[in-house]
Amino acid sequence: MLDLTYETPKAKTIAGAKHDWELVIGMEVHAQVATRAKLFSGASTQFGAEPNSNVAFVDAGMPGMLPVINEACVAQAVRTGLGLKAQIHLTSAFDRKNYFYPDLPQGYQISQLYHPIVGEGEVLVEMGDGTARTVRIERIHLEQDAGKSIHDMDPALSFVDLNRTGVALMEIVSRPDIRGPEEAAAYLLKLRQIMLYLGTCDGNMQNGNLRADVNVSVCLPGAYERYQETQDFSHLGTRCEIKNMNSTRFIQQAIEVEARRQIAILEAGGEIVQETRLYDVEKGETRSMRSKEEAHDYRYFPDPDLLPLEIEQAWVDHIAANLPELPDAKKARFMGDFGLADYDASVLTADLAAAAYFEAVAAKTNGKLAANWVINELFGRLKKDERSIADSPVSPDQLASLIALIEADTISGKIAKDVFEISYTTGRSPEEIVETEGLKQVTDTGEIEAAVDEIIAANPEQVEKAKQNPKLAGWFVGQVMKATGGKANPKAVNELVAQKLANS
Amino acid sequence: MSIDSATAAKVAKLARIKVEEEDLPALAQEFNAILGFIEQLEEVDVDGVEPMVSVTPMRLKRREDVVTDGNQAAKVLSNAPDAREGFFSVPKVVE
Repeated sequence: MLDLTYETPKAKTIAGAKHDWELVIGMEVHAQVATRAKLFSGASTQFGAEPNSNVAFVDAGMPGMLPVINEACVAQAVRTGLGLKAQIHLTSAFDRKNYFYPDLPQGYQISQLYHPIVGEGEVLVEMGDGTARTVRIERIHLEQDAGKSIHDMDPALSFVDLNRTGVALMEIVSRPDIRGPEEAAAYLLKLRQIMLYLGTCDGNMQNGNLRADVNVSVCLPGAYERYQETQDFSHLGTRCEIKNMNSTRFIQQAIEVEARRQIAILEAGGEIVQETRLYDVEKGETRSMRSKEEAHDYRYFPDPDLLPLEIEQAWVDHIAANLPELPDAKKARFMGDFGLADYDASVLTADLAAAAYFEAVAAKTNGKLAANWVINELFGRLKKDERSIADSPVSPDQLASLIALIEADTISGKIAKDVFEISYTTGRSPEEIVETEGLKQVTDTGEIEAAVDEIIAANPEQVEKAKQNPKLAGWFVGQVMKATGGKANPKAVNELVAQKLANS
Repeated sequence: MSIDSATAAKVAKLARIKVEEEDLPALAQEFNAILGFIEQLEEVDVDGVEPMVSVTPMRLKRREDVVTDGNQAAKVLSNAPDAREGFFSVPKVVE
């Protein structure tokens, strides 16, 4: 595998009154585990069902109901851990996190505080400008999601739907290795991409499949490096946690706004109070969530309803042996095998469907040309129609045959674009279009020569001008192309025009 | 460790149990008795002893990833003090 090495990106700095400040960010990403049933019950995880229809009595916290773990959720957490090159803990255990809220009927969330299933791992976060940062993962634990409260259906009441209650979440906790708003967004998107490759999370941020709590602090330049050397948090500033963000755009805004708030307090001689805050999108500010503060004493203890979760190394090995190719490896392979540029390889590996489409085209033709056509023509055209690659009217085989026609000099690149458009709108095959519409490039020099002679003979004035100014040869080329319906091989036309003008 | 009335009041609040002011000292006293017992247990040397999590050696029972439950909204809501439009309805809770 081609080893991709990158420069480390610079930390985001914000100019203060006296000096610059740097940002330090850690994230807790809650990813909904892609399974049919919930973590501890047989109720469905399907999004968008009628309220309270995907609810077992376990989820509703009915007395006497006992949780039974869904093995597929465990496998998905292990798979995600392996995808993040993380340690897998063969023994983990569940704890109760106790608090009261209307969307939490048990009165506690079953989580894994003391013994998470996945330990330390890492994610390579590329910034798209040739820089990338390795963000360390501290842990991943399995836990239950809460229900959903709806506040806008009645002025005095909140409505609670327990369909999401008990759905499995993976909480992916990073170290404070993220150094700016753009990096935070890129980190979340990279996690999403990896989990989509692994099939462990649907990654639908609008539906709340993927949400993040963002810990933000600020420090003076140099302090962060001392933290990295010593892993001693006292070098860093006090952090605030911005809760429950499900949009990369708002995450970036919130980080920026929160960092500026903290800097203003510090520069005025104040102190940052460690607390949970909420980003108000309308006002563009963060504010304290006091209710969370009061409930911060969660009184965790091991869940007496659940034995420790013991898994076997052989089972983990089996999952590891069946992992798909992951984004970094695929990208490196595309660069190595097909000679693609870093950017093109990134675009083509952004999602699995695009990568599969490209590979199907590249398998039959030139990889670089395939990349150009998929990225510039196909993606551009699909975007115009707001279509996904899965709905592409041009199949990979058709695009490959179109590229083969260009490579064989049967059609020019310019005609190929017209053929592509016809194929895209009608679904007809490129070979058939070229044949039926008579678009084959004229490479017969005799035929081109005749056209050149004819135009030179008909335009003696232009010939004289062109002799004075060789740049005007382009006019003759244009006329020849026009006369041949754009089908003449442009290289042959150029050569012949230059030759004939020189000799006339 | 000693529990005073203020701590007892905090624990009661976290557990959402209403305790009258005059009952707090007695409650704190009870907590202290319990903690005293635990402190006594802590005197036992358990170095090298695996925590016992079950009386019988059992593997955590697993379920398959199959939807076997749900579609019983009426039953789920039947004990709710107030339910409307298929939802539990509660006094407004907005951050």
